[in-house]
Amino acid sequence: MSMLEVRDLHTSFFTPSGEVKAVNGLSFSLDKGKVLGIVGESGSGKSVTAYSILQILTNPGRIVSGSIKLHGEELVGKSNDEMRKIRGNKISIIFQDPMTSLNPTFTIGNQLEEAILLHTSRNKKQAEERAVEMLRLVGISEPEKRIHQYAYELSGGMRQRVMIAMALACEPDILIADEPTTALDVTIQAQILELMLALQKEMGMSIIMITHDMGVIAQICDEVIVMYAGGVCERGTADAIFYHPMHEYTRGLMRSIPQMNDDEKTRLVPIAGTPIDLLHMPSGCPFAPRCDRAMKICLKEKPREYWVGRDHLSACWMNVKNNACYEERPAEGTMEVEDP
Amino acid sequence: MSEENKKLKKNPFSLQVDPALFEAASDEEKAQQVTMRESVSFMRDAMRRLRKNHIAMISLCVILLIALIAFVVPTFYPYTYTKQDVSAQNLAPFQYSAKEQAKIARGQSVFPHIMGTDALGRDYAIRVIYGTRISLLVGIFSALIVIVIGILYGSISGYFGGKVDMIMMRIVDIIYSLPDVLIVILLSVAIKDWVSASKSTLIARLGAGMVSIFIVFGLLYWVSMARQVRGQILSIKEQEYVLASKAIGASPARIIRKHMIPNCVSVIIIIAAMQIPSAIFTESFLSFLGLGVSIPMPSLGSLASDARTGLRSYPYQLIFPALSIFLIVLSFNLLGSGLRDAFDPKLRA
Amino acid sequence: MSETASPFTPNPEYLVQVNHLKQYFPISTGFLKTTMLKAVDDVSFDIRRGETLGLVGESGCGKTTVGRSMLQLYKPTAGEIWFDGKKIDSKESLREFRRRAQMVFQDPYSSLNPRMTVADIVAEPIDVHKLCAGKKEREERVRHLMKLVGLNTEHATRYAHEFSGGQRQRIGIARALASKPEFIVCDEPVSALDVSIQAQVINMLEDLQRQLGLTYLFIAHDISVVKHISNRIAVMYLGHMMELASANELTRHPLHPYTISLMSAVPVPDPQESRKQKRIVLEGDVPSPLKTPSGCPFRTRCSRATKACAESCPAMREAAPGHFVACHNV
Repeated sequence: MSMLEVRDLHTSFFTPSGEVKAVNGLSFSLDKGKVLGIVGESGSGKSVTAYSILQILTNPGRIVSGSIKLHGEELVGKSNDEMRKIRGNKISIIFQDPMTSLNPTFTIGNQLEEAILLHTSRNKKQAEERAVEMLRLVGISEPEKRIHQYAYELSGGMRQRVMIAMALACEPDILIADEPTTALDVTIQAQILELMLALQKEMGMSIIMITHDMGVIAQICDEVIVMYAGGVCERGTADAIFYHPMHEYTRGLMRSIPQMNDDEKTRLVPIAGTPIDLLHMPSGCPFAPRCDRAMKICLKEKPREYWVGRDHLSACWMNVKNNACYEERPAEGTMEVEDP
Repeated sequence: MSEENKKLKKNPFSLQVDPALFEAASDEEKAQQVTMRESVSFMRDAMRRLRKNHIAMISLCVILLIALIAFVVPTFYPYTYTKQDVSAQNLAPFQYSAKEQAKIARGQSVFPHIMGTDALGRDYAIRVIYGTRISLLVGIFSALIVIVIGILYGSISGYFGGKVDMIMMRIVDIIYSLPDVLIVILLSVAIKDWVSASKSTLIARLGAGMVSIFIVFGLLYWVSMARQVRGQILSIKEQEYVLASKAIGASPARIIRKHMIPNCVSVIIIIAAMQIPSAIFTESFLSFLGLGVSIPMPSLGSLASDARTGLRSYPYQLIFPALSIFLIVLSFNLLGSGLRDAFDPKLRA
Repeated sequence: MSETASPFTPNPEYLVQVNHLKQYFPISTGFLKTTMLKAVDDVSFDIRRGETLGLVGESGCGKTTVGRSMLQLYKPTAGEIWFDGKKIDSKESLREFRRRAQMVFQDPYSSLNPRMTVADIVAEPIDVHKLCAGKKEREERVRHLMKLVGLNTEHATRYAHEFSGGQRQRIGIARALASKPEFIVCDEPVSALDVSIQAQVINMLEDLQRQLGLTYLFIAHDISVVKHISNRIAVMYLGHMMELASANELTRHPLHPYTISLMSAVPVPDPQESRKQKRIVLEGDVPSPLKTPSGCPFRTRCSRATKACAESCPAMREAAPGHFVACHNV
């Protein structure tokens, strides 16, 4: 059984101007010890997905329907008190900006110990020992001194390490990382990604990595979900998504990334148009207005997910047209359908 | 199973759907799906939000109604605020004096004293209306002073920054620490002779107290506006559009006029709207202490003060001006907070 | 610094020449105590006509400051900027320069005044430099500029906040083009945009360069984007220039240890390549620009640092034809 199971999740923000469907029918499952990447552009609903799992949505957002099961236990409909026992303990989250997620008026030791005391039966002294141990684990030098420092005394990379230490202090089953390296420089990003992978192997947790960077996905993820305008375009193993993309949006995304390796000056192939206005969602596929190969049906009806490989689903009418998809999960050993 | 069969089986859908639907969509069809929201300027957007706020709109109507009464009614009202009638002292609302009753008996029409009369037999309604007029004038005038001086001072201080800003802000700090009531008292004593000798009838009619109140507003009350505008300018200065304008080669005057002031509008409107009731309150308070308008000119504060002597016998003489102050200040405050909600970009959806 | 203080002679082949540019900012570090923040410390480079020079580096390396100092948005502490054979030092030369050199900014949200219509934003350089005779000519020019950057001319009366990030960046580019400049400093023009939109803007910048014969200084932290658009690339670290070479040469054969580790840290959007990739993970953080290390600024994180690196700051030298590097150990 998978560790986390999300079924047909719908999350909306009810603004004065109307309902914004931030997550619009998302399903996925996450196995133990896997790294799942959720990739998408701004407004694709990837962060809202994370907030929905932890139920830390801000007003006026709420889960409209769907189910989120952790170890088979339903989370949707749980009270705030019950969720508090899960947050930070079973599922932790780290955010994009480590400065705003650390309290500037407490030392980092204080904040780490608080997180430990809240979820474990350790006493004050053991909590401090654990805090030092955690800081050492995330590669912070002289942790005994550092616990007495404040967030502003640390660099961006250091702060993100502290955030990771805090998130992992109670040995959660799942770590959600919401664009953890977007605010950092590439050399620091490399350090943090390396650290996350090492810790994941050591502690055996699962990671949900939310990012807009296909490079980060390629580097650390086993499985990938590609989101656009609140819906899933395509999901599957990283290799399937990168080498056999079966959705026009994923293909467009790959084409628009500048390649480091080609010597010749090639022209990028961008995706035309502008992102969809979430307040005025089209009735069909949300990507259809920007899709080069959009068909009449794409504008009329939203495609549902079909299997295109044993570990690969895609929601694109093109696959239906090309007769390149399965109603049910194909048996083991079935080839990935060919990219036409 | 042949290759063809396998394909059909894995996708039974293809047989049920009209193949015409799988034709490529044209650009026009795609474009139809994209709607751009209706164009709204910031001002219009704010006004739309203000209109949706019922409390603010009711307050605005009340203010407009009061202003209409205060400025229009005296032009055709049969009584004046100075005319005394010894035979009609301290009448209750809609009560007629013996002389007036005799007139009515003769078949002549007499305009009723809607709010009665005061101790000198003056019609109370027109005095309250005049008092309201003074209050509104004080409010609007002080808001104007505050807007002009506050914006100029604040934007210069914020734009040039550094030493200029430091000195200008220390001056503001000093002004903040001056007791305004004390200055009004001192000023009214100091300028008494000048005011009574003044050839301008307006200044003479307003009296030393009122003139010094205006002077004090001009001297002291713009500081909070200046501070807020400066703060706003400081944050706008960091915006890249100001840098872009500099890179183009625009002059400081153009940058302040085109980029900074328009982006301060919300702060200016909110503070000005909040300034009006506090000025009205100060004026009423000072008039109540006898520092405001000079007799016979009434002010809501001085009316209330005069009414204290006959409070037990004629309570309505206190109730009418008090109610008027209450209505004006409450409406302006509610409108002010409505404006703040409408203009504060942080609350924008 | 190898050169002596001999008078600088402009080379007509280059449109822009930056000679020993220094930009220090006084930072108050306590009561009546100021320390100099050396944002840019002795940087020299040239840009050919019609060329794109890429400028990469991590946050705080001074790349944005270089762009802004070049356009005289800050008064340079030392050094000279030469544009089209003329030194920018007088008021007249600056006014002329402000028309012929423009800038595109990073943040498409804060770089456009929310209270102005698209037409007024685009026409600002026209208004400031009084480039159009009448209202009609101005309107015509605005319409032309909007078409040039692929904006719907019907949207001229709309406000900037009604547009998406990519369209806003187009408005910013149209504004930069309004005074018919020859040189544009692009300060991270695409880093705030989504990948699919990023490609649109990059393509447009390339098209405009070809159409209008523009010269770019392209500042970005994303090496793959810089590599794509630039002819030559300069790498900066802590206010110093570390390496300068043609785009292909720099990405294929980086010489400076910093450039090498920077390249290896860039995540490749290819899982199998990524698994094969040998990463050189740099230890530690960039030192504070208020307390730069002695000698080479990179020596505190460099695996090849020697004693010489702490003693003197290496000067730029030509290691291969057209390939300049500032390192003692190359």
